[in-house]
Amino acid sequence: MEELRVVFAGFGGQGLLFAGKVVANAGLIDGREVSWLPSYGPEMRGGTANCSVTLSDEPIGSPLIMNPNVLVAMNQPSLVKFEEAVVPGAKVFADTSLVNRLPQREDIEVFAHPATELAEDAGLKGLANIVLVGKVLKETALCSRETMEAAIRKAVPARKAQMVENNLQALELGFNL
Amino acid sequence: MAQNEKVLMKGNEAIAESAIRAGCRFFFGYPITPQTELAAYMSKRMPKVEGTYLQAESEVAAINMVYGAAAAGARVMTSSSSPGISLKSEGVSYIAGADLPCLIVNIERGGPGLGSIQPSQSDYWQATRALGHGDYHMVVYAPATVQEMADLSYKAFDVADKYRTPVMILGDGMLGQMMEPVSLPEPRTELPEKPWATTGHRGQREHNVANSLYLSAEELERTNFERFERYDIIKREEALSEEVDCDDADIIVVAFGASSRIARSAVKEARKQGIKAGLFRPITLWPFPVEALAATVGHAKAYLTVEMNMGQMVEDVRLVVEGRAPVEFYGRTGGVIPTPDEVLEQIRAIDERLGE
Repeated sequence: MEELRVVFAGFGGQGLLFAGKVVANAGLIDGREVSWLPSYGPEMRGGTANCSVTLSDEPIGSPLIMNPNVLVAMNQPSLVKFEEAVVPGAKVFADTSLVNRLPQREDIEVFAHPATELAEDAGLKGLANIVLVGKVLKETALCSRETMEAAIRKAVPARKAQMVENNLQALELGFNL
Repeated sequence: MAQNEKVLMKGNEAIAESAIRAGCRFFFGYPITPQTELAAYMSKRMPKVEGTYLQAESEVAAINMVYGAAAAGARVMTSSSSPGISLKSEGVSYIAGADLPCLIVNIERGGPGLGSIQPSQSDYWQATRALGHGDYHMVVYAPATVQEMADLSYKAFDVADKYRTPVMILGDGMLGQMMEPVSLPEPRTELPEKPWATTGHRGQREHNVANSLYLSAEELERTNFERFERYDIIKREEALSEEVDCDDADIIVVAFGASSRIARSAVKEARKQGIKAGLFRPITLWPFPVEALAATVGHAKAYLTVEMNMGQMVEDVRLVVEGRAPVEFYGRTGGVIPTPDEVLEQIRAIDERLGE
């Protein structure tokens, strides 16, 4: 299978690290090599945050992704930051509730959806991250639907078990976009 | 080691859980990025295994608590990041001088000074040349994956007890913060006897002493001689390294820890481009895997060390190669992580020079 190098980027608090954790768990369930690396630097304190998730069938070298083939951008600065870095043919998912200028490159595929508003309208406030994971799941060969649902169950901490159902609904919402 | 089901964990957490499974029941620390998850994990887990987690008032206090618990025969550890490790250096020297086992974890960040909070390998000299004053060494492990962070932390307690020496895990912010699948080791049920421990005995035996002060020069010299005899055994028995495609390599990249992962990608790409490159990865930084690296000197035409610092391990590589082949260096520093492309460019440049 193709190596997936996914970057989730946006503001701190949008659940980017958690979205990355869900994808990493999907890789774990499928028995693939997995790495998950958060930005933990000064940008965590109020600015942009991102995380790199690699799923591969070979041992992973650097967990820091320089050239993503999947980008999930949840705000404008993040899209600007990673727009040039993505490889030709990359799939870029933008939350147009917060992104108003889409990439101009013609060698990439852009999926633009107002994920934050869609989540809110569906009573799933704060789950735009998982809405976008649902869309990524549909548009890439990331894993099966069953694997992703199991990954959500695994990634949601036990003390927040009541959140599993909402996350599954958000996944469904994104998958059907 | 039994293969348990894999779980996703941060490197910092894997070290903590593995240490508990190795029988560590005392953790004394002080928070500092990018190590804090280790202490946080311990604060939650230690009470559940009837262990002690204590956030000390300072790094200096924490290392002296380690000293005390180690003297009493407990499996004990502390963790910090670069500036905090500097603060602990006096205590580590005392612990080495008193021949006590413990684990010290350094999840390095950029330096010098308060530096940055991003990943770095700039404490190589500090870790391998002597963290603190006096004639001593520590065994220093440099894991490159979360699995190795778990495995080497587990092993570190055995090695520390066996040789009565402090042992260090030298990681960095990248390894500490990243998650990978990891299979954790089985919990230890039996720990080695420590007849030297300063435990209460109600007058039933000669009392034990843990001390690093000797007023007689001759007596101190004798303890140093004895300790260095142990170091000779450690050098023979405990050196570890990994080789990837070194057998027929013209260019051997030497790298440890996080930078070895980047070097591995670069070496793989160089092979695809027809360059005979290999990776030599020291797993112990002290003792440096001298014999294994020396065995490559006959056929390798050039070496390139890649580090996240201004060039520290390169000196150990040059000591082994002894001028028989060029040893070059590439590094990024301050918290900047080198890219596989940058390393590949260096390999290609060396390959071109070799072709001339």
